[in-house]
Amino acid sequence: HTHRPTHTHTHRGDTAHIKGVTRVNGDVALTHQESRLNPSKSNLNQTEHGHGSVITGIPIVTFKWHHVETPYLVALWILVAGLGKLVIEANHHVTSVIPESALLICFGFILGGIIWGADKVQTFKLTPTVFFFYLLPQIILDAGYSMPNKLFFSNMGAILIYAVIGTCWNAASLGLSLWGCHKGGAMGDLDLGLLQYLLFGSLMAAVDPVAVIAVFEQVHVNEVLFIMVFGESLLNDGVTVVLFNVFDAFVSLGGDKIDAVEIIKGIISFFVVAFGGSLVGFVFGLLISLLTRCTKNIQIIEPGFVFVLGYLAYLTAEMLSLSAILSIVFCGMCCQKYINSNMDERSVTTVRYVMKVLANGSETIIFVFLGISAIDKEIWVWNTGFILLTLLFVLVYRFIGVFFLTWILNKFRLVPVELIDQVIMSYGGLRGAVAYGLAVMLDENKIKEKNLMVSTTLIVVYFTVILQGITMKPLVNWLKVKRAAVGELTLIEKVQDKVFDHMLVAIEDISGQIGHNYMRDKWNNFEEKWMTCILMKPSARKNRDYVFKVFHKLNLKDAMRYVTEGERRGSLEFVRNETAFIDFKKKFDDDFSEVMPDIMADTSDDYSDTRDPVPSVSLEMHEQTMNGMRPLEDVNSHHLLQQHLYKGRKQHRHRYSRSHFDVNKDENEVQEIFQRTMRTRLESFKSGKMGVAPLKHITKHLKKDQQQKMPNGKSLDKSKTYHSGDEDFEFSEGDSASGFEASASSFPMRVTYRAGAGIENPAFMPDLDPMAQVQIPPWLAEAEVDSSMVAPSQRAQLRLPWTPSNLRRLAPLRISAHSTDSFMLADAPAAQQRDNDQLPPPPPPPAPPHGDHM
Amino acid sequence: MGSSNSSVNNIPNAQELMQETGFSAAHILRLHERFEFLDKHKCGQLRLVDRPTNQPQDFGAVQELALNPIGDSIISAFFSPGQETVDFASFVRILAHFRPTDRNQSRDGAQQEPANSSIRKLKFAFQMYDQDRDGKISRAELLQVLRAMLGIQVTEEQLQSIAERAIQEADLDRDDAISFDEFRKSLEKVDIDHKMSIRFLR
Repeated sequence: HTHRPTHTHTHRGDTAHIKGVTRVNGDVALTHQESRLNPSKSNLNQTEHGHGSVITGIPIVTFKWHHVETPYLVALWILVAGLGKLVIEANHHVTSVIPESALLICFGFILGGIIWGADKVQTFKLTPTVFFFYLLPQIILDAGYSMPNKLFFSNMGAILIYAVIGTCWNAASLGLSLWGCHKGGAMGDLDLGLLQYLLFGSLMAAVDPVAVIAVFEQVHVNEVLFIMVFGESLLNDGVTVVLFNVFDAFVSLGGDKIDAVEIIKGIISFFVVAFGGSLVGFVFGLLISLLTRCTKNIQIIEPGFVFVLGYLAYLTAEMLSLSAILSIVFCGMCCQKYINSNMDERSVTTVRYVMKVLANGSETIIFVFLGISAIDKEIWVWNTGFILLTLLFVLVYRFIGVFFLTWILNKFRLVPVELIDQVIMSYGGLRGAVAYGLAVMLDENKIKEKNLMVSTTLIVVYFTVILQGITMKPLVNWLKVKRAAVGELTLIEKVQDKVFDHMLVAIEDISGQIGHNYMRDKWNNFEEKWMTCILMKPSARKNRDYVFKVFHKLNLKDAMRYVTEGERRGSLEFVRNETAFIDFKKKFDDDFSEVMPDIMADTSDDYSDTRDPVPSVSLEMHEQTMNGMRPLEDVNSHHLLQQHLYKGRKQHRHRYSRSHFDVNKDENEVQEIFQRTMRTRLESFKSGKMGVAPLKHITKHLKKDQQQKMPNGKSLDKSKTYHSGDEDFEFSEGDSASGFEASASSFPMRVTYRAGAGIENPAFMPDLDPMAQVQIPPWLAEAEVDSSMVAPSQRAQLRLPWTPSNLRRLAPLRISAHSTDSFMLADAPAAQQRDNDQLPPPPPPPAPPHGDHM
Repeated sequence: MGSSNSSVNNIPNAQELMQETGFSAAHILRLHERFEFLDKHKCGQLRLVDRPTNQPQDFGAVQELALNPIGDSIISAFFSPGQETVDFASFVRILAHFRPTDRNQSRDGAQQEPANSSIRKLKFAFQMYDQDRDGKISRAELLQVLRAMLGIQVTEEQLQSIAERAIQEADLDRDDAISFDEFRKSLEKVDIDHKMSIRFLR
């Protein structure tokens, strides 16, 4: 490591004053993550280094390590940590026993050993600057952003009690007991006073969110227990930092100068820091929400705002010496609802993913570096008494604290926290990087035994994360802790949830109680009235109902499955082959599947006809069947098709744009095709059901179609991916023509559809649309009216009617009519199929209608 | 306790009620106060509607209920079918559904399930939908509840499809309606004790 000297000196410049208390004294660090902060400065320095030598000629290639050193090392470390995680996660049977966090720490040990072996000194350590400024914020932001708000607030009281009182208790009891043991002579000669012990206690007090999340993520305990531990770990970080600062100030002040006034000031500052921090976070949350209201035109960078403002919330609170952690937690919690509905759906996904990427990445780095930091001779000071007693007290007082507080809480709680849950809660009191970060921040001048404290902290961290982490899962199993119900999202559950809420409010009203539900209802009303009004886009406000969102989500899921399933079963065969639907249907149970085949039977062919001219991946299927067909006709129809059809999407594919994702700008085309095909299916199904002869006054309707620019929602996106995925635009000419002919011979019903269509493709001739109907189905009509009124970026909900699951909704209508048509044949094999094998995707059974038209 | 007991004694059948519902004397007293507050005619009964005007009676005093989307269903849950009045005992019995479930209560088989058991709670929730009390939630009934809750934000068509989907999820025997058993199964994973309990202040 030849680079070390330069490194040191650039680092000095920005050793930060975290919490405004101490100077970081670890000189070489996980280097400049802060290159973000002052890239120009350090780069300048290094550039000078690089070009300092006398130039004797023009070098063709120069090796400029110093030029790139800092960012290079940062990137390398990230890579190494990532690879470490990759290797660890590759062995599932290992991670199922030992939690990932523990393995990462061990991985850190190994790396640290290698570095130490090479350098004889620990070059890389986790410094508080890096930790608090660059690694922690995104983890906490992610936690806040994905916080289940309702659950959190309904357990808010308990969480606050644990976080505030529990943490204070931990700090005080640990500090006092250690001091007592010191007085008793249990740890020999140490230069520590009561205040120093209390300071140490306060930095050890907090349960660490990073460690807790890492461990509890893998054991799925019930949600109340989870939110208690999780919420506590988040909030008590704020508390512990405050406590730490207060005690640190006390230590600097010196024992004799502390009087009642100072203590009161300390207590006041505690509240100011905590509430002030939360307030800052709240304000920034509102800011983000407001901002995302008007980012419609810069969708591509709107996810960025969330991160930048979140980070600013953290820094602002830090600047005002308020609790930065609380600030960013509340920022995330506040804005989640609004940004999720304000932003484009893709942006929301982006935010979620990036948030997870950052959080998970820094979590990994934190654990690895926790491991690396241990391999350093300098920090290790062994004092058996001190270390063992700390370990013991940390564990014991955690248990005592939790049990005592729960005992009090259970007197007030509606559903008491059970004994087993209390055990898990106590046992889940993992300490982590926050404690370590604070310990490293201690000032050596004021606290002589800093290294002892650091090494003790490290041991406690290892002990809790590794040992308790490993034993957590068996313990949870052994105690039979109530697990989280893992199941699929179901609509009925969500509906019922809502009914429960309303019911409880009503009952509280009737019985004249002012309880939790009453308050929540009041808050909801207030929020409805004011906050959403101000913070949400009008268009987003429209469809924000919870149940509806769930419904929407389920539909999207169905649509995805529909497509995946279809593709898996052999390209797009499912589009035209009714049998492919059986598997998809299976989930929605049989009364639906009885009906679906005949929907498909009478629509699939229409559908395929309309689709074929559009370049599609699956033409081979058809081609094979077409092989024997008349080539002359193929040529004819080829010309016709070329004249009348939309162009293939291929030519749009290679555009690059920095600010837009959808390469295919010609949405009209895609949408119209999709709309038509869907309408075709719905209509034909409907006419089949009603037995009505199609009339022809849909024409007007269709024209409107063409003009309107349908926004692209998920359902449409799906169809689009089909089209744009069509690499090989091999036009199998005559496809539609011969297909048409064949079908004409097979079903009388279809003949009527096609009669007017001639050789031109029926789907793209508005006036001859075979599907002309008695009436426009209300859902179509409605969506169209809607979409013509609102802005094009209206979110996807409006287009719900096109998702496949809506076919399902229609399905039962069919039951009554289902003897009236000629598709009973299609039913029989499908039904059999279903009865025979429910599980595996059934091989396509012979489908009479399809078969004979081929 | 002495003083409250004395006033509890003024309430008819107070002891039996306490026994049956598990409310303490203080609870009963408090609920009785509330009952009397609601009972404007001082006749010991709450009425569903005022006959001549057809205005909601008695429960109308609770203004929040008017805003509650399913307020009407809840009010009607207090009245057994055909009845238009509810007396204090029934009032308390209904409210008893919402007491937190007692965990460590030894349950002897002979005794009837207490009102605050999860199954009785569920039954109550079920009745929220099942307005005609035929033991099944039909699509129309579900739709009605959904309409009340989702209201203006969602179109009728969307409501229909939501109802459709919800029924399909729960409907195991394919009769296009949700029976109580199906209802219970669909909510198996929901912690009913949590979701259907409120704290009654003393």
